[in-house]
Amino acid sequence: MPSTMNEPMIRARDIHKRFGEVEVLRGVSLQMDKGEVIAVIGPSGSGKSTFLRCLNHLETIDRGRIEIEGEAMVTSGSDGLARYVADAELRRICRRMGMVFQHFNLFPHMTVLQNVIEAPMVVKGQRREEIVPRAEALLRKVGLLDKCDAYPSRLSGGQKQRVAIARALAMEPDIMLFDEPTSALDPELTGEVLRTIRQLAEERMTMLVVTHEMGFAREVASSVVFMDGGLIVEARPSAEFFAAPEHPRTRAFLHNML
Amino acid sequence: MDYVISIIGPLAEGSLVTLKLFFITLALALPLGLALALVRISRFRSLALAVGGYLWLMRGTPLMLQLLFIYFALPFVPVVGVRLPDFPAAVVAFALNYAAYFAEIFRAGIQSIDRGQYEGAKVLGMSYGQTMRRIVLPQMVKRILPPMSNETITLVKDTSLIYVLALNDLLRAARGIVQRDFTITPFIVAAAFYLLMTLVLTWGFQRLEKRYAVYDE
Repeated sequence: MPSTMNEPMIRARDIHKRFGEVEVLRGVSLQMDKGEVIAVIGPSGSGKSTFLRCLNHLETIDRGRIEIEGEAMVTSGSDGLARYVADAELRRICRRMGMVFQHFNLFPHMTVLQNVIEAPMVVKGQRREEIVPRAEALLRKVGLLDKCDAYPSRLSGGQKQRVAIARALAMEPDIMLFDEPTSALDPELTGEVLRTIRQLAEERMTMLVVTHEMGFAREVASSVVFMDGGLIVEARPSAEFFAAPEHPRTRAFLHNML
Repeated sequence: MDYVISIIGPLAEGSLVTLKLFFITLALALPLGLALALVRISRFRSLALAVGGYLWLMRGTPLMLQLLFIYFALPFVPVVGVRLPDFPAAVVAFALNYAAYFAEIFRAGIQSIDRGQYEGAKVLGMSYGQTMRRIVLPQMVKRILPPMSNETITLVKDTSLIYVLALNDLLRAARGIVQRDFTITPFIVAAAFYLLMTLVLTWGFQRLEKRYAVYDE
């Protein structure tokens, strides 16, 4: 049954995922409340992106349980195998999560505005007249209203990513997932994207951000999750995490990063 | 010059047969080819394999043979055996054959679209059908324009094969006049007709490419 007030937004239990011989996730559990901003950090290959992609069904898990505000999208029975809910149900639950990718994945054949209004029109059946003003407001918010009629190929990486954020927000998600949103950007362009994400944090958007930006994790995230080898090694409020990391592996990682 | 003008009438009539076959084939083979491509890349293994076999058959035997088979041999095949008049027989053969070639062009175009496009559409809640219709196929069109241009130009010229069914297309009309008047002029005029048709096609595809050039990928 849909949510009571105190259900966490995301509850993931014992997620396992393997690609062939490699076990990428070896039992990851995470719970996050409404309005929380969690940064997921860790060396490459630690499984952090895969974990994020499992949450909105871009990857299917082998074992475990994922609930979005109390609604299960996948469960595991006594045989341990993951069983997903029916397709329509799954799509409805996943639609509560917006996602921003490392490589933007904007639709190149559509203008900036079309990119933003496409899904609300096609998926939600909203009329153009009602969605365009909202899309314009979102583009103004990310500072790109003047690029409305431009095609994505004319934009810088930072601008593309901000359009991608506006596009995800247009579906009015309850949770935003960011998969290394600044990793494909030139260093001088990361600031504008991080500012936009920070702005969302101030508006109490629930966000899970896989990132290599330690400064961002420290300043914006309420908690930090450190993953390594397909497991969560350490998960704590970000102030504590950076002040006094507990695990030796966390310390080694932070030492290399900072 | 007067002679040229005097044979333009019958050659133009032949061109009409050629153009009729060309357009009907396109109208049938494009949707059929797209359907074949979508099945070929679908997760329905056995259907995809069956389409693979179909493509092998249609691309692996001469169009001329298929034409002759559908006209002369099909009536004797049990169950599906029907006797088709000459022009419909030609249409069926051309549509089935060209659909196979189009299917491979469509497939190549669809598979060239980055996986990120599917993921971008999926996280916005689009179904597979919506993703195809709104995101993948429109981008595919831009990429397949050059090979499509090739294939349709080939189709214009392949229509001349229907002379084996004694259909009076452009080339057969020209040959008739050559044999009657003992001059090769009709061949030259026929060549000019073909060149004109392919010129219009080439120009049309150029315009399409320009229209799609408004965006880069």
